Amino acid sequence: MTNPNGRFGIHGGQYIPETLMNAVIELEEAYNHYKNDPEFNRELTELFNEYAGRPSRLYFAEKMTNDLGGAKIYLKREDLNHTGAHKINNVLGQALLAKKMGKTRLIAETGAGQHGVATATAAALMGMECVVFMGEEDTIRQALNVYRMRLLGAEVIPVKTGTATLKDAVSEAMREWTSRISDTHYCLGSVMGPHPFPTIVRDFQAVISKESREQILEKEGRLPDAVIACVGGGSNAIGSFYHYIPDEGVRLIGCEAAGRGVDTFETAATIATGSLGIFHGMKSYFCQDKYGQIAPVYSISAGLDYPGVGPEHAYLHDIGRAEYVPITDEEAVNAFEYLAKTEGIIPAIESAHAVAYAMKLAPTMSKDNIIVITVSGRGDKDCAAIARYRGEDLHE
Amino acid sequence: MSNIHSAFENGKAFVAFITCGDPDLETTAAAVRAAAENGADLIELGIPFSDPTAEGPVIQGANLRALNGGITTDKIFDFVEELRTDVKIPMVFMTYANVVFSYGAEEFISTCQRVGIDGLILPDLPYEEKDEFQPLCSRYGVDLISLIAPTSENRIAMIAKEAEGFIYVVSSLGVTGTRSEIKTDLASIVKVIRENTSVPCAIGFGISTPEQAKKMADISDGAIVGSAIIKLLEKYGKDAPKYVGEYVKSMKDALR
Repeated sequence: MTNPNGRFGIHGGQYIPETLMNAVIELEEAYNHYKNDPEFNRELTELFNEYAGRPSRLYFAEKMTNDLGGAKIYLKREDLNHTGAHKINNVLGQALLAKKMGKTRLIAETGAGQHGVATATAAALMGMECVVFMGEEDTIRQALNVYRMRLLGAEVIPVKTGTATLKDAVSEAMREWTSRISDTHYCLGSVMGPHPFPTIVRDFQAVISKESREQILEKEGRLPDAVIACVGGGSNAIGSFYHYIPDEGVRLIGCEAAGRGVDTFETAATIATGSLGIFHGMKSYFCQDKYGQIAPVYSISAGLDYPGVGPEHAYLHDIGRAEYVPITDEEAVNAFEYLAKTEGIIPAIESAHAVAYAMKLAPTMSKDNIIVITVSGRGDKDCAAIARYRGEDLHE
Repeated sequence: MSNIHSAFENGKAFVAFITCGDPDLETTAAAVRAAAENGADLIELGIPFSDPTAEGPVIQGANLRALNGGITTDKIFDFVEELRTDVKIPMVFMTYANVVFSYGAEEFISTCQRVGIDGLILPDLPYEEKDEFQPLCSRYGVDLISLIAPTSENRIAMIAKEAEGFIYVVSSLGVTGTRSEIKTDLASIVKVIRENTSVPCAIGFGISTPEQAKKMADISDGAIVGSAIIKLLEKYGKDAPKYVGEYVKSMKDALR
């Protein structure tokens, strides 16, 4: 689906400083070589299966299905991966690629900390240096993940500029990359940034839909009616959608973080409230004012607290192939608690946005219909924040 | 063609960068006039952006202070129009692609022409993406300034061949900000540029002292200074213009 110049329709591109151009060109050439290299693919599959625990389960959520009284609900359990989220899929791919390129150091941005933990993990495994940039606000919200990254040998740098959240961590990682390119790979965590990142990250995450499509055909003998995933930058969503894109009968639904509501300023729902712009290396939709100043977005979920969306999602929205819906903090927290009590699964607060929409959609569908929800990560990291949201102060 | 060439007709050029609206537009106007009166050959006016990914901490701070003061692109256009009643040296905008794009590229670039802006420097618009604005810049006679970096290597000739106005040679890896030492082999980069174009080139990033400026100008056509000037504005606020004037004089004297 990618044009040669890294465009998805009008979106994408390479809006980055000249200093980085040869680095992204080198990355693209290396990726184009290794993606078809049998040895690279054998090594990556082995890492996926033996290290990360793939394939992830497609679990029939029977209690939830019965409780909601509509469509059959399956959960794609990316939360069961090593390190507890889908982020490891992309990181293992990029770390292996970086190693083949002769790089010895990985840098990354992180919001909730899941991508940072995954990058620190891959760096430890492959004997690489690792530096993670994380908004200072997020280091407080996700203190446990900061500790995990340090335990894994990574250096965590709190970013104090701007809103001190994910977008500022991305900006700081980009600045770091321009200052040290020769030995360093920027392991970008979502389907965003300049070409070739949106394509590389999508391809490594596409294992989610490759598996789930085979699994649902095996279990049900048919494709699902809807696939639902949460969208910040959009990596688990594009991975969940990708192999269904040609299957026109399958609705693809991305759940954006509406924060306190799309009619407030405290939201991160880019497609619902944003407009076309150019930022962080790509043309896409962004939350911004009329002068193009990027908005200080908000969501309870640090992983969805980003003012833009990946260019392929922007394109799928433009052509109407995927739908994007806003989910508020309150709805997500309710879904977080609901899945814990109903199925004994504590989802990441990010993933709870997808669960929340399924809770609205399933009762409107018939019992013959099937929904697949991607549970992109596990929610242990969120327990303290959700307790706080409910007025309870936990001492970990 | 814009008026930028005239900046390179008085010996080696001194290019001064000033962020609009830091701390307010009255101070910016006084600082620009002080720079012009004391020998600056070209002024780079920064339009603040919320997330300036090519800037170091000093210019990031200036962007933030200006935005917090309520600066907007419209106010900056009005300001430039007023400034142009007496400031005659070439002036260019330095900002980010989204500021131009979101204003409406044609509206932005045609207004540049109307108020007397000679060129545009957009650090997040590399050669591969310049078609985003190049046709409009050509139509309205605003030069789209190309940047060349220490990592450009095999790209230098390609970029230089299509350059207009002047070429902004980035001295070092990383973001803007003062540096004690510049290690890049800039003479070799400039040599390749000269083989491919007659457009002048000036070196920026990391320059703060007269000695550094002279060294850079000796191997190119001029020196660009940003963070060192912004530090004066940060330190002296509304009183900064006279210090900016003194500083520009010391720098330009070193280039004469």
